[in-house]
Amino acid sequence: MGVLEIARGMGLTLGKMFQKPLTVSYPEQRATLQPRFRGRHVLTRHPGTNLEKCIGCSLCAAACPAYAIYVEAAENDPANPTSPGERYAKVYEINMLRCIFCGMCEEACPTGAVVMGNEFEMADYRYGDFVYGKEDMLVGTQGSLPQRREAAKSGKPVRLGFQVDGGVRAELEGVTYPK
Amino acid sequence: MPDWLAALLITLLKAVLVTLALLTTFAYMTLVERRLLARMQLRPGPNRVGPMGLLQPAADAIKSIFKEDVTVTLADKLVYTLAPIIAIGMALSAFGGLPAGPAKSLFGEDPWVYNLNTGVLALLALTSMGVYGIFLGGWASGSKYPILGGLRSSAQMISYELGMGLSLLGLLMLVGTTSFQGIVAWQATNGWMLIFQSLGFALFLISSFAEVNRTPFDLPEAEQEIVAGYLTEYSAIKWALFQMAEYVNMITASAVMSTLFFGGWKGPQFLNGLIPGISDWPIIWLVVKIAFFLFTFIWVRATLPRLRYDQLMRFGWKLVLPLALGNTMITAAFLAYRGSGGLWFLAILSFAGLAALLIMSDRVRPLWNQPTIRREDDAVRPALPARPARPAGGD
Repeated sequence: MGVLEIARGMGLTLGKMFQKPLTVSYPEQRATLQPRFRGRHVLTRHPGTNLEKCIGCSLCAAACPAYAIYVEAAENDPANPTSPGERYAKVYEINMLRCIFCGMCEEACPTGAVVMGNEFEMADYRYGDFVYGKEDMLVGTQGSLPQRREAAKSGKPVRLGFQVDGGVRAELEGVTYPK
Repeated sequence: MPDWLAALLITLLKAVLVTLALLTTFAYMTLVERRLLARMQLRPGPNRVGPMGLLQPAADAIKSIFKEDVTVTLADKLVYTLAPIIAIGMALSAFGGLPAGPAKSLFGEDPWVYNLNTGVLALLALTSMGVYGIFLGGWASGSKYPILGGLRSSAQMISYELGMGLSLLGLLMLVGTTSFQGIVAWQATNGWMLIFQSLGFALFLISSFAEVNRTPFDLPEAEQEIVAGYLTEYSAIKWALFQMAEYVNMITASAVMSTLFFGGWKGPQFLNGLIPGISDWPIIWLVVKIAFFLFTFIWVRATLPRLRYDQLMRFGWKLVLPLALGNTMITAAFLAYRGSGGLWFLAILSFAGLAALLIMSDRVRPLWNQPTIRREDDAVRPALPARPARPAGGD
Protein backbone atom coordinates (compact mmCIF):
# COMPACT_ATOMS: atom_id res chain seq x y z
CA MET A 1 0.00 0.00 0.00
CA GLY A 2 1.39 3.33 -1.05
CA VAL A 3 0.17 5.06 2.07
CA LEU A 4 2.07 2.62 4.26
CA GLU A 5 5.29 3.65 2.54
CA ILE A 6 4.55 7.26 3.38
CA ALA A 7 3.83 6.28 6.97
CA ARG A 8 7.11 4.39 7.12
CA GLY A 9 8.97 7.43 5.81
CA MET A 10 7.28 9.66 8.37
CA GLY A 11 8.27 7.22 11.11
CA LEU A 12 11.85 7.27 9.92
CA THR A 13 12.18 11.04 10.04
CA LEU A 14 10.50 11.14 13.45
CA GLY A 15 12.91 8.54 14.76
CA LYS A 16 15.94 10.40 13.42
CA MET A 17 14.82 13.50 15.29
CA PHE A 18 15.76 11.83 18.57
CA GLN A 19 19.14 10.67 17.34
CA LYS A 20 22.28 12.64 18.16
CA PRO A 21 23.33 14.87 15.23
CA LEU A 22 26.36 13.63 13.32
CA THR A 23 27.74 17.12 12.76
CA VAL A 24 31.17 17.92 14.22
CA SER A 25 31.04 21.56 15.41
CA TYR A 26 34.50 22.07 13.96
CA PRO A 27 36.22 24.97 15.62
CA GLU A 28 34.95 23.92 19.05
CA GLN A 29 35.12 20.18 18.52
CA ARG A 30 38.16 18.59 16.90
CA ALA A 31 37.76 17.20 13.40
CA THR A 32 38.92 13.60 13.12
CA LEU A 33 41.57 12.91 10.48
CA GLN A 34 43.09 9.67 9.29
CA PRO A 35 46.87 9.29 9.91
CA ARG A 36 47.65 9.33 6.19
CA PHE A 37 45.89 12.69 5.67
CA ARG A 38 48.34 14.91 3.77
CA GLY A 39 48.68 18.30 5.42
CA ARG A 40 51.46 20.79 6.10
CA HIS A 41 54.99 19.37 5.62
CA VAL A 42 57.25 18.50 8.54
CA LEU A 43 61.06 18.55 8.31
CA THR A 44 62.18 15.72 10.55
CA ARG A 45 65.44 15.25 12.51
CA HIS A 46 67.45 12.13 13.28
CA PRO A 47 66.45 10.84 16.69
CA GLY A 48 69.37 10.76 19.11
CA THR A 49 71.84 13.00 17.23
CA ASN A 50 69.12 15.58 16.61
CA LEU A 51 70.71 16.42 13.21
CA GLU A 52 68.40 17.47 10.37
CA LYS A 53 67.65 14.66 7.95
CA CYS A 54 67.61 17.06 5.00
CA ILE A 55 70.85 17.04 3.01
CA GLY A 56 69.86 19.80 0.58
CA CYS A 57 69.76 17.56 -2.50
CA SER A 58 66.75 19.37 -4.10
CA LEU A 59 65.16 16.12 -5.27
CA CYS A 60 61.90 17.23 -3.64
CA ALA A 61 62.02 20.46 -5.62
CA ALA A 62 62.62 18.48 -8.80
CA ALA A 63 59.75 16.12 -8.05
CA CYS A 64 57.32 18.85 -7.14
CA PRO A 65 54.67 19.15 -9.89
CA ALA A 66 53.63 22.61 -8.70
CA TYR A 67 57.15 24.07 -8.34
CA ALA A 68 56.31 24.98 -4.78
CA ILE A 69 59.64 24.04 -3.17
CA TYR A 70 62.84 26.11 -3.15
CA VAL A 71 66.01 24.63 -1.69
CA GLU A 72 69.38 26.35 -1.28
CA ALA A 73 72.11 24.02 -0.07
CA ALA A 74 75.35 24.89 1.76
CA GLU A 75 78.45 22.96 2.98
CA ASN A 76 78.26 21.62 6.52
CA ASP A 77 80.68 22.97 9.08
CA PRO A 78 82.62 19.77 9.99
CA ALA A 79 83.00 20.84 13.61
CA ASN A 80 79.35 21.69 14.09
CA PRO A 81 77.29 19.95 11.38
CA THR A 82 73.61 20.71 10.77
CA SER A 83 72.99 17.44 8.93
CA PRO A 84 74.92 14.16 8.81
CA GLY A 85 75.88 14.53 5.11
CA GLU A 86 78.26 16.91 3.34
CA ARG A 87 75.68 19.53 2.72
CA TYR A 88 72.58 20.80 4.42
CA ALA A 89 69.63 22.97 3.38
CA LYS A 90 70.51 26.57 4.17
CA VAL A 91 67.15 27.71 2.81
CA TYR A 92 64.20 25.39 2.56
CA GLU A 93 60.96 27.08 1.52
CA ILE A 94 57.59 25.70 0.50
CA ASN A 95 54.92 27.98 -0.91
CA MET A 96 51.77 26.60 0.66
CA LEU A 97 49.57 28.40 -1.85
CA ARG A 98 51.21 26.57 -4.73
CA CYS A 99 51.51 23.24 -2.96
CA ILE A 100 48.86 20.73 -4.00
CA PHE A 101 49.64 18.36 -1.12
CA CYS A 102 50.28 15.44 -3.47
CA GLY A 103 53.13 13.99 -1.40
CA MET A 104 55.59 13.56 -4.27
CA CYS A 105 58.28 15.44 -2.30
CA GLU A 106 57.93 12.90 0.45
CA GLU A 107 58.28 10.06 -2.07
CA ALA A 108 61.31 11.64 -3.72
CA CYS A 109 63.20 12.39 -0.51
CA PRO A 110 66.17 9.94 -0.14
CA THR A 111 66.57 10.55 3.61
CA GLY A 112 62.90 10.81 4.66
CA ALA A 113 63.45 14.39 5.71
CA VAL A 114 60.32 16.01 4.32
CA VAL A 115 57.14 14.27 5.48
CA MET A 116 53.53 15.28 5.00
CA GLY A 117 52.06 16.10 8.39
CA ASN A 118 48.38 16.36 9.30
CA GLU A 119 48.01 20.08 9.98
CA PHE A 120 45.76 21.91 7.57
CA GLU A 121 44.67 25.15 9.29
CA MET A 122 46.86 27.58 7.36
CA ALA A 123 44.44 30.30 6.23
CA ASP A 124 46.15 33.68 6.34
CA TYR A 125 45.90 37.23 5.01
CA ARG A 126 49.02 37.90 2.90
CA TYR A 127 50.55 35.93 0.04
CA GLY A 128 54.00 36.33 1.56
CA ASP A 129 52.97 34.64 4.76
CA PHE A 130 52.23 31.43 2.92
CA VAL A 131 55.88 30.82 2.11
CA TYR A 132 56.94 28.53 4.96
CA GLY A 133 60.61 28.40 5.84
CA LYS A 134 62.62 25.87 7.82
CA GLU A 135 61.64 27.42 11.13
CA ASP A 136 57.96 26.92 10.25
CA MET A 137 58.28 23.26 9.34
CA LEU A 138 61.02 21.69 11.50
CA VAL A 139 59.92 19.11 14.02
CA GLY A 140 58.78 20.75 17.23
CA THR A 141 56.97 23.63 15.57
CA GLN A 142 53.37 23.22 16.60
CA GLY A 143 50.74 24.89 14.46
CA SER A 144 50.83 26.98 11.29
CA LEU A 145 52.10 30.53 10.96
CA PRO A 146 48.73 32.24 11.63
CA GLN A 147 48.00 29.87 14.51
CA ARG A 148 51.30 30.68 16.18
CA ARG A 149 50.77 34.39 15.57
CA GLU A 150 47.35 34.14 17.18
CA ALA A 151 48.76 32.19 20.11
CA ALA A 152 51.52 34.75 20.67
CA LYS A 153 48.94 37.54 20.65
CA SER A 154 46.53 35.90 23.06
CA GLY A 155 49.18 34.25 25.26
CA LYS A 156 47.46 30.87 24.97
CA PRO A 157 49.13 27.74 23.55
CA VAL A 158 48.43 26.78 19.93
CA ARG A 159 45.25 24.77 19.64
CA LEU A 160 45.04 22.34 16.74
CA GLY A 161 41.49 21.86 15.47
CA PHE A 162 41.85 18.18 14.64
CA GLN A 163 42.70 14.84 16.13
CA VAL A 164 44.29 11.90 14.38
CA ASP A 165 42.42 8.64 14.38
CA GLY A 166 44.86 5.92 15.45
CA GLY A 167 47.80 8.19 16.26
CA VAL A 168 50.56 9.82 14.23
CA ARG A 169 52.27 8.01 11.30
CA ALA A 170 55.61 6.37 12.05
CA GLU A 171 57.37 8.58 9.45
CA LEU A 172 56.54 11.68 11.48
CA GLU A 173 59.23 11.06 14.09
CA GLY A 174 58.85 13.27 17.12
CA VAL A 175 55.59 14.88 16.03
CA THR A 176 52.64 14.79 18.40
CA TYR A 177 49.06 15.56 17.48
CA PRO A 178 46.05 15.44 19.79
CA LYS A 179 44.47 12.00 19.74
CA MET B 1 -16.04 57.45 26.62
CA PRO B 2 -19.03 56.25 24.59
CA ASP B 3 -19.60 52.52 24.42
CA TRP B 4 -18.99 52.19 20.70
CA LEU B 5 -15.62 53.94 21.00
CA ALA B 6 -14.56 51.65 23.86
CA ALA B 7 -15.61 48.59 21.86
CA LEU B 8 -13.74 49.87 18.83
CA LEU B 9 -10.57 50.53 20.83
CA ILE B 10 -10.72 47.11 22.49
CA THR B 11 -11.21 45.42 19.11
CA LEU B 12 -8.29 47.36 17.69
CA LEU B 13 -6.16 46.40 20.67
CA LYS B 14 -7.07 42.76 20.19
CA ALA B 15 -6.28 43.00 16.49
CA VAL B 16 -2.85 44.45 17.27
CA LEU B 17 -2.23 41.73 19.84
CA VAL B 18 -3.22 38.97 17.42
CA THR B 19 -0.97 40.47 14.75
CA LEU B 20 1.97 40.69 17.13
CA ALA B 21 1.37 37.16 18.34
CA LEU B 22 1.18 35.85 14.79
CA LEU B 23 4.32 37.67 13.69
CA THR B 24 6.27 36.48 16.73
CA THR B 25 5.05 32.96 16.09
CA PHE B 26 6.14 33.36 12.47
CA ALA B 27 9.60 34.50 13.53
CA TYR B 28 10.07 31.61 15.90
CA MET B 29 8.42 29.15 13.54
CA THR B 30 11.25 29.80 11.09
CA LEU B 31 13.74 28.92 13.81
CA VAL B 32 11.76 25.92 15.08
CA GLU B 33 11.31 24.66 11.54
CA ARG B 34 14.99 24.95 10.73
CA ARG B 35 15.97 23.30 14.01
CA LEU B 36 13.50 20.44 13.61
CA LEU B 37 14.35 19.87 9.96
CA ALA B 38 18.01 19.84 10.90
CA ARG B 39 17.45 17.33 13.70
CA MET B 40 15.51 15.09 11.35
CA GLN B 41 18.49 15.26 8.97
CA LEU B 42 20.97 14.59 11.81
CA ARG B 43 22.27 18.17 11.85
CA PRO B 44 22.21 20.55 14.83
CA GLY B 45 20.64 23.42 12.85
CA PRO B 46 21.19 27.15 13.47
CA ASN B 47 22.74 27.44 16.93
CA ARG B 48 25.13 30.37 16.64
CA VAL B 49 23.09 33.52 17.34
CA GLY B 50 22.36 33.73 21.03
CA PRO B 51 21.90 30.74 23.33
CA MET B 52 20.79 27.72 21.26
CA GLY B 53 20.26 30.05 18.31
CA LEU B 54 17.29 31.70 20.01
CA LEU B 55 18.18 35.14 18.65
CA GLN B 56 18.34 33.92 15.05
CA PRO B 57 14.85 35.32 14.20
CA ALA B 58 15.95 38.75 15.46
CA ALA B 59 19.07 38.59 13.31
CA ASP B 60 16.97 37.53 10.31
CA ALA B 61 14.52 40.36 10.90
CA ILE B 62 17.28 42.96 11.12
CA LYS B 63 18.85 41.58 7.97
CA SER B 64 15.58 41.62 6.00
CA ILE B 65 14.77 45.17 7.01
CA PHE B 66 18.17 46.67 6.23
CA LYS B 67 18.93 44.76 3.07
CA GLU B 68 18.79 46.62 -0.21
CA ASP B 69 15.24 46.54 -1.53
CA VAL B 70 15.67 45.89 -5.23
CA THR B 71 12.87 46.87 -7.59
CA VAL B 72 13.51 45.39 -11.00
CA THR B 73 13.29 47.78 -13.96
CA LEU B 74 10.49 45.94 -15.73
CA ALA B 75 8.37 45.66 -12.61
CA ASP B 76 5.00 47.37 -12.31
CA LYS B 77 6.04 49.41 -9.27
CA LEU B 78 2.64 49.84 -7.65
CA VAL B 79 1.48 46.25 -7.95
CA TYR B 80 4.96 44.98 -7.17
CA THR B 81 4.81 46.81 -3.84
CA LEU B 82 1.17 46.03 -3.13
CA ALA B 83 1.41 42.28 -3.74
CA PRO B 84 3.26 41.32 -0.54
CA ILE B 85 1.02 43.67 1.43
CA ILE B 86 -2.08 41.94 0.05
CA ALA B 87 -0.62 38.54 0.86
CA ILE B 88 0.24 39.36 4.46
CA GLY B 89 -2.89 41.47 5.02
CA MET B 90 -5.23 38.67 3.97
CA ALA B 91 -3.25 36.11 5.93
CA LEU B 92 -3.38 38.19 9.11
CA SER B 93 -7.02 39.19 8.85
CA ALA B 94 -8.13 35.59 8.32
CA PHE B 95 -6.96 34.57 11.76
CA GLY B 96 -9.01 37.14 13.67
CA GLY B 97 -12.29 35.28 13.39
CA LEU B 98 -11.13 32.15 15.16
CA PRO B 99 -12.32 31.94 18.77
CA ALA B 100 -9.65 31.13 21.33
CA GLY B 101 -12.00 30.61 24.27
CA PRO B 102 -15.57 31.03 25.53
CA ALA B 103 -17.22 34.45 25.31
CA LYS B 104 -16.04 37.08 27.82
CA SER B 105 -13.20 34.85 29.02
CA LEU B 106 -10.27 37.12 28.15
CA PHE B 107 -10.26 39.67 31.01
CA GLY B 108 -13.99 40.07 30.49
CA GLU B 109 -13.64 40.44 26.72
CA ASP B 110 -14.29 38.02 23.89
CA PRO B 111 -11.15 36.12 22.84
CA TRP B 112 -11.59 36.84 19.13
CA VAL B 113 -11.23 39.95 17.00
CA TYR B 114 -14.40 39.62 14.97
CA ASN B 115 -17.22 37.13 15.15
CA LEU B 116 -19.23 36.52 12.01
CA ASN B 117 -22.15 34.17 11.61
CA THR B 118 -20.54 33.11 8.34
CA GLY B 119 -17.26 32.33 10.10
CA VAL B 120 -16.07 29.41 7.96
CA LEU B 121 -17.14 31.03 4.70
CA ALA B 122 -15.52 34.34 5.58
CA LEU B 123 -12.31 32.58 6.49
CA LEU B 124 -12.25 30.59 3.25
CA ALA B 125 -12.89 33.80 1.32
CA LEU B 126 -10.10 35.68 3.09
CA THR B 127 -7.53 32.94 2.66
CA SER B 128 -8.46 32.67 -1.03
CA MET B 129 -7.77 36.38 -1.41
CA GLY B 130 -4.17 35.62 -0.47
CA VAL B 131 -3.66 34.07 -3.90
CA TYR B 132 -3.95 37.55 -5.38
CA GLY B 133 -0.82 38.54 -3.51
CA ILE B 134 1.09 35.63 -4.97
CA PHE B 135 -0.31 35.94 -8.46
CA LEU B 136 0.06 39.71 -8.70
CA GLY B 137 3.55 39.46 -7.25
CA GLY B 138 4.48 37.02 -9.98
CA TRP B 139 2.91 39.12 -12.68
CA ALA B 140 4.24 42.48 -11.52
CA SER B 141 7.83 41.24 -11.36
CA GLY B 142 7.94 41.50 -15.14
CA SER B 143 10.10 38.44 -15.61
CA LYS B 144 9.64 34.84 -16.69
CA TYR B 145 10.10 32.63 -13.69
CA PRO B 146 8.00 34.73 -11.35
CA ILE B 147 5.04 34.69 -13.72
CA LEU B 148 5.36 30.94 -14.14
CA GLY B 149 5.43 30.58 -10.37
CA GLY B 150 2.48 32.93 -9.98
CA LEU B 151 0.45 31.05 -12.59
CA ARG B 152 1.27 27.74 -11.02
CA SER B 153 0.28 28.87 -7.57
CA SER B 154 -2.99 30.43 -8.68
CA ALA B 155 -3.94 27.29 -10.64
CA GLN B 156 -2.98 25.15 -7.68
CA MET B 157 -4.80 27.21 -5.09
CA ILE B 158 -7.97 27.47 -7.15
CA SER B 159 -7.97 23.71 -7.76
CA TYR B 160 -7.50 22.79 -4.14
CA GLU B 161 -9.88 25.44 -2.86
CA LEU B 162 -12.71 23.40 -4.35
CA GLY B 163 -11.62 20.27 -2.54
CA MET B 164 -11.10 22.26 0.63
CA GLY B 165 -14.53 23.87 0.57
CA LEU B 166 -16.31 20.68 -0.43
CA SER B 167 -14.62 18.62 2.26
CA LEU B 168 -16.09 21.01 4.82
CA LEU B 169 -19.65 20.76 3.44
CA GLY B 170 -20.41 17.52 5.28
CA LEU B 171 -19.26 19.09 8.52
CA LEU B 172 -21.37 22.19 7.97
CA MET B 173 -24.45 20.07 7.20
CA LEU B 174 -23.95 18.10 10.38
CA VAL B 175 -23.54 21.14 12.59
CA GLY B 176 -26.02 23.35 10.79
CA THR B 177 -24.08 26.56 11.37
CA THR B 178 -21.01 28.19 9.89
CA SER B 179 -20.01 30.11 13.00
CA PHE B 180 -16.89 28.77 14.71
CA GLN B 181 -18.47 29.10 18.15
CA GLY B 182 -21.37 26.92 17.00
CA ILE B 183 -19.03 24.28 15.60
CA VAL B 184 -16.98 24.21 18.81
CA ALA B 185 -20.16 23.96 20.90
CA TRP B 186 -21.45 21.10 18.72
CA GLN B 187 -18.18 19.22 19.21
CA ALA B 188 -18.32 19.78 22.96
CA THR B 189 -21.65 17.91 23.13
CA ASN B 190 -21.14 15.29 20.42
CA GLY B 191 -17.41 14.63 20.42
CA TRP B 192 -14.65 15.74 18.09
CA MET B 193 -15.66 16.18 14.47
CA LEU B 194 -12.64 14.07 13.51
CA ILE B 195 -14.63 10.98 14.55
CA PHE B 196 -17.61 11.72 12.30
CA GLN B 197 -15.75 13.26 9.37
CA SER B 198 -12.46 11.35 9.23
CA LEU B 199 -12.58 11.21 5.44
CA GLY B 200 -13.45 14.89 5.29
CA PHE B 201 -10.57 15.67 7.62
CA ALA B 202 -8.09 13.70 5.52
CA LEU B 203 -9.16 15.61 2.41
CA PHE B 204 -9.12 18.92 4.26
CA LEU B 205 -5.62 18.19 5.56
CA ILE B 206 -4.32 17.47 2.06
CA SER B 207 -6.02 20.55 0.64
CA SER B 208 -4.60 22.69 3.45
CA PHE B 209 -1.10 21.59 2.59
CA ALA B 210 -1.76 22.57 -1.02
CA GLU B 211 -3.42 25.84 -0.02
CA VAL B 212 -0.50 27.07 2.05
CA ASN B 213 2.03 25.97 -0.59
CA ARG B 214 3.92 23.58 1.65
CA THR B 215 5.70 20.38 0.69
CA PRO B 216 4.71 18.09 -0.96
CA PHE B 217 2.73 20.77 -2.82
CA ASP B 218 5.23 23.64 -2.80
CA LEU B 219 5.26 23.87 -6.59
CA PRO B 220 5.10 27.70 -6.76
CA GLU B 221 8.59 27.89 -5.32
CA ALA B 222 10.09 24.75 -6.84
CA GLU B 223 13.73 25.82 -6.88
CA GLN B 224 14.87 23.24 -9.39
CA GLU B 225 12.36 24.28 -12.02
CA ILE B 226 11.50 27.95 -11.63
CA VAL B 227 14.17 29.39 -9.30
CA ALA B 228 12.01 30.70 -6.44
CA GLY B 229 8.75 31.12 -8.36
CA TYR B 230 6.86 34.29 -7.62
CA LEU B 231 9.53 35.22 -5.03
CA THR B 232 12.38 35.36 -7.53
CA GLU B 233 12.54 39.14 -8.03
CA TYR B 234 11.68 40.03 -4.45
CA SER B 235 14.26 40.92 -1.87
CA ALA B 236 14.58 42.35 1.61
CA ILE B 237 11.40 43.17 3.49
CA LYS B 238 9.04 42.45 0.61
CA TRP B 239 10.42 38.95 0.42
CA ALA B 240 10.07 38.65 4.18
CA LEU B 241 6.42 39.73 3.93
CA PHE B 242 5.72 36.87 1.51
CA GLN B 243 7.44 34.45 3.85
CA MET B 244 5.40 35.87 6.70
CA ALA B 245 2.21 35.35 4.72
CA GLU B 246 3.11 31.73 4.05
CA TYR B 247 3.78 31.00 7.70
CA VAL B 248 0.77 32.93 8.95
CA ASN B 249 -1.36 30.95 6.49
CA MET B 250 0.14 27.83 7.96
CA ILE B 251 -0.78 28.93 11.47
CA THR B 252 -4.29 29.82 10.29
CA ALA B 253 -4.69 26.45 8.59
CA SER B 254 -3.57 24.73 11.78
CA ALA B 255 -6.03 26.78 13.82
CA VAL B 256 -8.85 25.99 11.40
CA MET B 257 -8.12 22.29 11.53
CA SER B 258 -8.05 22.39 15.34
CA THR B 259 -11.27 24.37 15.50
CA LEU B 260 -13.23 22.39 12.94
CA PHE B 261 -12.08 18.86 13.64
CA PHE B 262 -10.28 18.74 16.99
CA GLY B 263 -12.69 20.48 19.34
CA GLY B 264 -11.33 24.03 18.94
CA TRP B 265 -10.51 25.95 22.09
CA LYS B 266 -12.11 23.32 24.31
CA GLY B 267 -9.86 20.78 25.96
CA PRO B 268 -10.72 17.11 26.48
CA GLN B 269 -13.74 16.79 28.78
CA PHE B 270 -12.35 13.92 30.87
CA LEU B 271 -9.64 16.20 32.27
CA ASN B 272 -12.40 18.10 34.08
CA GLY B 273 -12.44 15.24 36.59
CA LEU B 274 -8.84 16.00 37.58
CA ILE B 275 -8.91 19.80 37.48
CA PRO B 276 -12.46 21.23 37.32
CA GLY B 277 -12.99 23.63 34.44
CA ILE B 278 -9.66 22.91 32.72
CA SER B 279 -11.33 22.20 29.38
CA ASP B 280 -12.79 25.72 29.35
CA TRP B 281 -9.51 27.58 29.82
CA PRO B 282 -9.12 30.03 26.97
CA ILE B 283 -6.26 30.13 24.45
CA ILE B 284 -4.12 27.34 25.91
CA TRP B 285 -5.92 24.43 24.24
CA LEU B 286 -6.02 26.16 20.89
CA VAL B 287 -2.28 26.92 21.13
CA VAL B 288 -1.49 23.29 21.96
CA LYS B 289 -3.49 22.04 18.99
CA ILE B 290 -1.99 24.63 16.63
CA ALA B 291 1.49 23.62 17.78
CA PHE B 292 0.69 20.00 17.00
CA PHE B 293 -0.41 20.81 13.46
CA LEU B 294 2.54 23.11 12.88
CA PHE B 295 4.81 20.25 13.88
CA THR B 296 2.97 18.06 11.38
CA PHE B 297 3.63 20.63 8.65
CA ILE B 298 7.36 20.56 9.43
CA TRP B 299 7.41 16.79 9.80
CA VAL B 300 5.83 16.29 6.39
CA ARG B 301 8.26 18.76 4.88
CA ALA B 302 11.16 16.75 6.24
CA THR B 303 9.79 13.53 4.78
CA LEU B 304 7.97 13.89 1.50
CA PRO B 305 9.40 14.96 -1.85
CA ARG B 306 7.55 17.39 -4.09
CA LEU B 307 4.93 16.25 -6.60
CA ARG B 308 5.35 16.87 -10.28
CA TYR B 309 3.07 19.66 -11.47
CA ASP B 310 0.77 17.50 -13.61
CA GLN B 311 0.54 14.99 -10.76
CA LEU B 312 -0.47 17.79 -8.44
CA MET B 313 -3.25 19.01 -10.70
CA ARG B 314 -4.58 15.52 -11.39
CA PHE B 315 -4.40 14.66 -7.71
CA GLY B 316 -6.55 17.67 -6.92
CA TRP B 317 -9.11 17.27 -9.67
CA LYS B 318 -9.33 13.50 -9.96
CA LEU B 319 -8.99 12.41 -6.35
CA VAL B 320 -9.56 15.14 -3.81
CA LEU B 321 -12.49 16.83 -5.52
CA PRO B 322 -14.57 13.69 -6.31
CA LEU B 323 -13.89 12.24 -2.89
CA ALA B 324 -14.93 15.47 -1.20
CA LEU B 325 -18.12 15.39 -3.26
CA GLY B 326 -18.63 11.77 -2.24
CA ASN B 327 -18.12 12.65 1.38
CA THR B 328 -20.72 15.38 1.05
CA MET B 329 -23.16 12.93 -0.54
CA ILE B 330 -22.60 10.32 2.17
CA THR B 331 -23.19 12.86 4.92
CA ALA B 332 -26.22 14.27 3.16
CA ALA B 333 -27.69 10.79 2.65
CA PHE B 334 -27.07 9.97 6.29
CA LEU B 335 -28.76 13.15 7.45
CA ALA B 336 -31.72 12.55 5.12
CA TYR B 337 -32.33 8.92 6.05
CA ARG B 338 -30.90 8.68 9.57
CA GLY B 339 -34.32 8.45 11.18
CA SER B 340 -33.48 7.94 14.83
CA GLY B 341 -30.05 6.45 14.12
CA GLY B 342 -27.14 7.72 16.17
CA LEU B 343 -24.15 9.62 14.85
CA TRP B 344 -21.93 6.59 15.33
CA PHE B 345 -23.17 5.19 12.03
CA LEU B 346 -21.80 8.22 10.22
CA ALA B 347 -18.51 7.76 12.05
CA ILE B 348 -18.30 4.17 10.78
CA LEU B 349 -19.26 5.22 7.25
CA SER B 350 -16.68 7.95 7.14
CA PHE B 351 -13.96 5.79 8.63
CA ALA B 352 -14.78 3.00 6.18
CA GLY B 353 -14.39 5.50 3.35
CA LEU B 354 -11.02 6.58 4.68
CA ALA B 355 -9.87 2.98 5.19
CA ALA B 356 -10.97 2.04 1.67
CA LEU B 357 -9.03 5.01 0.31
CA LEU B 358 -5.90 3.98 2.19
CA ILE B 359 -6.16 0.33 1.13
CA MET B 360 -6.82 1.32 -2.45
CA SER B 361 -3.98 3.84 -2.42
CA ASP B 362 -1.96 1.85 -4.95
CA ARG B 363 -4.95 1.27 -7.20
CA VAL B 364 -5.88 4.94 -7.44
CA ARG B 365 -2.34 6.03 -8.15
CA PRO B 366 -2.72 5.85 -11.96
CA LEU B 367 -5.38 8.55 -11.56
CA TRP B 368 -2.71 11.15 -11.11
CA ASN B 369 0.45 9.35 -12.08
CA GLN B 370 -0.20 8.46 -15.72
CA PRO B 371 -0.18 11.20 -18.30
CA THR B 372 -3.40 11.24 -20.29
CA ILE B 373 -1.85 13.12 -23.19
CA ARG B 374 -0.75 10.73 -25.90
CA ARG B 375 1.97 11.70 -28.30
CA GLU B 376 0.96 11.67 -31.94
CA ASP B 377 3.67 9.26 -32.94
CA ASP B 378 2.33 6.65 -30.54
CA ALA B 379 -0.16 5.67 -33.19
CA VAL B 380 2.47 4.95 -35.87
CA ARG B 381 5.24 3.67 -33.60
CA PRO B 382 5.39 -0.13 -33.24
CA ALA B 383 4.22 -1.32 -29.86
CA LEU B 384 7.04 -1.94 -27.40
CA PRO B 385 7.23 -5.30 -25.62
CA ALA B 386 5.45 -5.22 -22.29
CA ARG B 387 7.67 -3.87 -19.57
CA PRO B 388 7.95 -5.74 -16.27
CA ALA B 389 5.70 -4.39 -13.54
CA ARG B 390 7.16 -1.62 -11.41
CA PRO B 391 8.15 -2.56 -7.90
CA ALA B 392 5.49 -1.61 -5.39
CA GLY B 393 6.00 1.84 -3.94
CA GLY B 394 8.36 3.03 -6.63
CA ASP B 395 7.25 5.74 -9.01
